[in-house]
Amino acid sequence: MSAVIEMKGISKSFPGVKANDNINLTVNEGEIHVLLGENGAGKSTLMNILYGLYTPDEGEIFVKGKKVVISNPNVAISLGIGMVHQHFMLVPPFTVAENIILGSEPRKGLSLDMNRAIEEVLELSKKYELKVDPNAKVQDITVGMQQRVEILKTLYRGAEILILDEPTAVLTPQEIKELGIILKSLVSQGKSIILITHKLKEVMSMSDKVTIIRSGKVIDTLKTSETSIEELAEKMVGRKVSFAVKKDDAKIGKPILQVKGLKALDNRGLEAVKGVDLEVRSGEILGIAGVDGNGQNELIQAITGLRRTEKGQVLINGKDVTNLSTKEIIDSGLGYIPEDRHKRGLILNFPLYENSILGSQRSKKFKKGIGMDYKKIRDYAKKLIKEFDVRTPSEKVFAKSLSGGNQQKMIIARELDRDPVLLIASQPTRGLDVGAIEFVHQRLIEQRNKGKAVLLVSLELDEIMDLSDRIAVMYDGKIIDTVNAKETNELELGIMMAGGRSEKKH
Amino acid sequence: MENRLDEIKNSAKNTLKEILYPLTAIVVSFLAGAILVYAFGNSPKVAYKALFLGALGDLNKFGETLVTTTTLILTGLSVAFAYKCGLFNIGAEGQFIMGSVAAVWIGWALEGLPPSIHVLLTLIAGALAGGIWAGFVGWLKAKVGSHEVINSIMMNYIALNLSNYLIMTVLNEPGKAFSFEIAPTAKLWRFSQSFEQFKYSRLHIGIIIAIFVALAAYYLLNKTVTGYEIRSVGFNPDASEYGGINVKRNIVLAMLISGLFSGLAGAIHTAGVQYRVNNLFGLTGYGFDGISVALVGNNNPIGVILSALLFGVLQKGGPMMQIEGIPKEVVGIIQGIILLFVASNFVRVMVQRYKENKEIRAQLKKGEVK
Repeated sequence: MSAVIEMKGISKSFPGVKANDNINLTVNEGEIHVLLGENGAGKSTLMNILYGLYTPDEGEIFVKGKKVVISNPNVAISLGIGMVHQHFMLVPPFTVAENIILGSEPRKGLSLDMNRAIEEVLELSKKYELKVDPNAKVQDITVGMQQRVEILKTLYRGAEILILDEPTAVLTPQEIKELGIILKSLVSQGKSIILITHKLKEVMSMSDKVTIIRSGKVIDTLKTSETSIEELAEKMVGRKVSFAVKKDDAKIGKPILQVKGLKALDNRGLEAVKGVDLEVRSGEILGIAGVDGNGQNELIQAITGLRRTEKGQVLINGKDVTNLSTKEIIDSGLGYIPEDRHKRGLILNFPLYENSILGSQRSKKFKKGIGMDYKKIRDYAKKLIKEFDVRTPSEKVFAKSLSGGNQQKMIIARELDRDPVLLIASQPTRGLDVGAIEFVHQRLIEQRNKGKAVLLVSLELDEIMDLSDRIAVMYDGKIIDTVNAKETNELELGIMMAGGRSEKKH
Repeated sequence: MENRLDEIKNSAKNTLKEILYPLTAIVVSFLAGAILVYAFGNSPKVAYKALFLGALGDLNKFGETLVTTTTLILTGLSVAFAYKCGLFNIGAEGQFIMGSVAAVWIGWALEGLPPSIHVLLTLIAGALAGGIWAGFVGWLKAKVGSHEVINSIMMNYIALNLSNYLIMTVLNEPGKAFSFEIAPTAKLWRFSQSFEQFKYSRLHIGIIIAIFVALAAYYLLNKTVTGYEIRSVGFNPDASEYGGINVKRNIVLAMLISGLFSGLAGAIHTAGVQYRVNNLFGLTGYGFDGISVALVGNNNPIGVILSALLFGVLQKGGPMMQIEGIPKEVVGIIQGIILLFVASNFVRVMVQRYKENKEIRAQLKKGEVK
């Protein structure tokens, strides 16, 4: 096998960080090569250099043995390098074929040769078994299909080497399997693939080789067949990682959150929560399991005051907070890690110190005269950053420039430091890497052990099973059943998540 | 104490950074204007000399420039403030008119009050009228979600016609196409009353009020909870809601405060310069100029002061160029070019490109390129 890509001694610094430090990477023809590393390890920087989006400070790149300088993406494309970004760059109202040819349209005289475009797309799609309909509008097809369109786009431009940035982050388990098949078919026809990911399971199932990057340096390059999840995790994080969550028996106290017969509508005005009863007691974690879109988000929003409760009651610590404002509910002792940190959790254009007080901005603690005590606020942010190990040059950095894991740490720091009696964590580890997930899990357990009531919503069944003391399964806006975490298994939960009742009585 | 000093230094540094790009854009625009003047067969030197002497040549001229600047600071501030909450207040025009009318009414009807109280009431009435005018647009947005741009444009025409109606009826100076004059007790103090040097200028205390209001707006936006919440809603309403901030209330509040500034602009213009309100054939333009002023000032209250000064110079110096035989439209063109450069972020993009090229050149030197 000959090397198609060789990157030698690549270094790249940004103000304050060395993102890539003397990195060597060799990708052979016809292999799927994974770049594994935590968020912020430097994987994306390296690939952006290869794709011509960044210029390296030092180092050389060889494509098929020839030394090249890739000053912009056009050069990369002409060298046969294509990149599928994590966030798709498609025009939703355009058809698949229109999106694929965008920028390199086939012409007949002065006009666009649409028929030829459709033919070419069909041909490519058939060749690599992508099964896309060239005439479908992008806005009407699934996310998995959109990804295939992105892949086709690079192939249409003659890509021999494909870079995929976190391709599985947006896919369902089924779609991930299909992607695996597509990638295999691509390499069998001579393409080479570089996959950026931090998900260990996928590394094992999809790749031939894996290069682990940590803090901008290459730690090791291994053959996938000769390694294990445990070894990869350790090399990626830099220490032994325990996948099992250790926790003592729950010391359950009085009920903190009581939800009685709650009904709420979704954004379209349809009933999404159809009469939910719940109780979370101090010292326990109640997990809500369920397939996405069964009313979990609407339920949490109703509890936190972000959505109207149509019917029913919400009590925190015995106090009726039904349809109170979010501010009043926060003041009643709610801490809330939202499911979408960019949309809800942070104001990305605010510096960290302003984000560190979101939700308690009206607290007397941060007041001085008629103004805010910004000196104190910055000190407070510094304290949180230190205690929760948020990796940032300073508290003055904008929230948008932090990695996902560190953004989540900042949110958790803020919510926990308010010392809430009730902590609601909605998909708290979405998009995080192993190290950060471990951190989040530990913090949640810690809150439970301190006697807080924790309500956890997650689409990851493993997470629910590992952390919860009791599990409530939600289906079609209702709680199907609440079971003891120790007395259940994946199969039973799976049946209930699909709407079936469990056999056992609890 | 040292920390306090640091803090001031820091915010001064940040402000400077924020205005650096617009500043460069202005210089580039003047150069482009020079080329244009030259291309039309005139001397750029003569043109700019006339422009700057006309606007800043002596204290009287400078005073007149500042009269325009005063109004532009306030309307610019108005647009900038709403923008910080993610709102585009294109209705500064109508709020300005409502402020003028309210000021004339109070200034005329309450004759007999002690001077300082009367002046104060006149200004407050104007500000409130503008505030209500804009606050209503904010309320519509919060209540039914209709877009503030469309509503505030419509409100401009309602203001114009309402003002004309009042001027021709209850406020009408019989037989004239303008309102009564305000009482002397409602008039703002003029510099010419105490300083011989300003004898031929209408410069009044309003400039000091305007600068003070701009500083207050800066403080409100950046140092208080209200400002924190307004900016937070401007950047991310969803996260604000999550943080317990009442988004709708802040939209109304930001619009209302924004309107206060435009209304005050109208009141100050009336109590300091015009003393009455004319029957208008069209919109005055002060509100629309406020949009340009806010844009060039990067929506920063301090930046707005400086950009209002620039626009004041251009507007007052323009006619002087005409006397030198250079079409005053050149000033309009320079204004346009400035806006174009600022709006397109031209300088920022050029600086970035230069830096990138430098990196590539450095690599070339090191012989890393084939």
